[in-house]
Amino acid sequence: MNGIHDMGGMDGMGPVTPEENEPVFHERWEGRVYGLTRALGRWGRGRDWGSFRFALESLPPADYLRMSYYERWFTVMVDRLLGSDLVTEDELATGYADRSRPRPELLPAPATESLGAGLLDVEVPAGFSPGDEVRVRNLHPRGHTRLPRYTRGRRGTVIRDNGVYALQDTDEQGQRLGETPQHVYTVRFSARELWGDRASARDSVYVEMWEEYVEAA
Amino acid sequence: MGYSESEGVGRRKFLREAAAGAAGAGMAGGTAGAAGRAMHQQEHDRDHQVVPDDIALRVRALESILIEKEMIDPAQLDAVVDTYENRIGPRNGAEVVARAWSDPDYKARLLEDGTAAIAELGFGGAQGEHMVVVENTATVHNLVVCTLCSCYPWPTLGLPPVWYKSAAYRARAVIEPRAVLREFGLELDEEVEVRVWDSTAEVRYLVLPERPDGTDGLGEAALADLVTRDSMIGAARAAPPATEAAGDGGDA
Repeated sequence: MNGIHDMGGMDGMGPVTPEENEPVFHERWEGRVYGLTRALGRWGRGRDWGSFRFALESLPPADYLRMSYYERWFTVMVDRLLGSDLVTEDELATGYADRSRPRPELLPAPATESLGAGLLDVEVPAGFSPGDEVRVRNLHPRGHTRLPRYTRGRRGTVIRDNGVYALQDTDEQGQRLGETPQHVYTVRFSARELWGDRASARDSVYVEMWEEYVEAA
Repeated sequence: MGYSESEGVGRRKFLREAAAGAAGAGMAGGTAGAAGRAMHQQEHDRDHQVVPDDIALRVRALESILIEKEMIDPAQLDAVVDTYENRIGPRNGAEVVARAWSDPDYKARLLEDGTAAIAELGFGGAQGEHMVVVENTATVHNLVVCTLCSCYPWPTLGLPPVWYKSAAYRARAVIEPRAVLREFGLELDEEVEVRVWDSTAEVRYLVLPERPDGTDGLGEAALADLVTRDSMIGAARAAPPATEAAGDGGDA
């Protein structure tokens, strides 16, 4: 989706401000949100939680910018738990589980498992090889995509074939990810191709591209 | 759950309003959530983001509800937090870099197949399944970013710092990397080639920084002390050796 999260190349965001001796978690709750997110993953099985990244990207843009990183995670977590009726508004309001409700149960995995993320050991023909010139297709999917918009329509050179991965793009509900295995290439774009004369002629940006993101240039 | 009655009452009243905000924020439009949070919007942090002062309570409440429902095990959460606070962090990546600086064969393997060479030192797993290591030299400077979210090599660097996840870094690293590096105190010569790696998909990147001058006699442990987290993202150089080590040793 053409969301606020797709930030590459935007101006107006201010300076980068590193923090000396930054702790891993600034507050206890941040660590709890991180741990909760990982621990709750299995509860999404069979419940159509879909892509976590898409859920984050779908937050209203003003909220996305205003929230801290782990607050976004927490907001998505609460939204999913409410949406799946695993937790109720009443419970959140009181801070206590409603004992009159049946205890939530884990659901079996759906019959057709997604291929998931990660390198796959399947044979898929590669349309491109290192050295090939490609152009990024002018794609504007409504769901999650790993195609940064600043690369659309731009020409680059394949420098590496990373092997076969399931496409992680989703439909506009954040579902159906991980269904199409295809090659993922690392493509080098000259910084001038992307940013014109604002960039140095010496510099480059490298981005991973699934097979279907690019066409022969 | 061990709350006193008076605490419980205050907590309930407080959470009722807070939860309404949290629930609303997830919905398209999110006006209820935005309005709820607007009341708590006094304090901006360095990234122009706001952490409502009630979020610690809301998280604690959700965790206790999930424990009551036996959906999570708090000990498992403790273990995850402990892992990233104390065991998995940039010290792992520093070991990899120090080994590469000390052992040319290892360095060759690391640049050829990062995942396998990093696994030799026992590091791997979530968000490090496919690692590529890129080498900084006198003529090439690599910088890693994730413009779409926060992709980062957890097994070698731990969880990313706030600046790496910030809108400013994600927006600017690809279009004006030299200006961003200047804000880190790193002024690159115009002759140096900058390569920015936008790791938004499946590959995770680790930068192999240049070995600092004046470190010839140092062992791997001492070398690893010079390898900062930022140097392995490409936002800094490795630290120079302590001055007493360089003192009599020549021109360093």
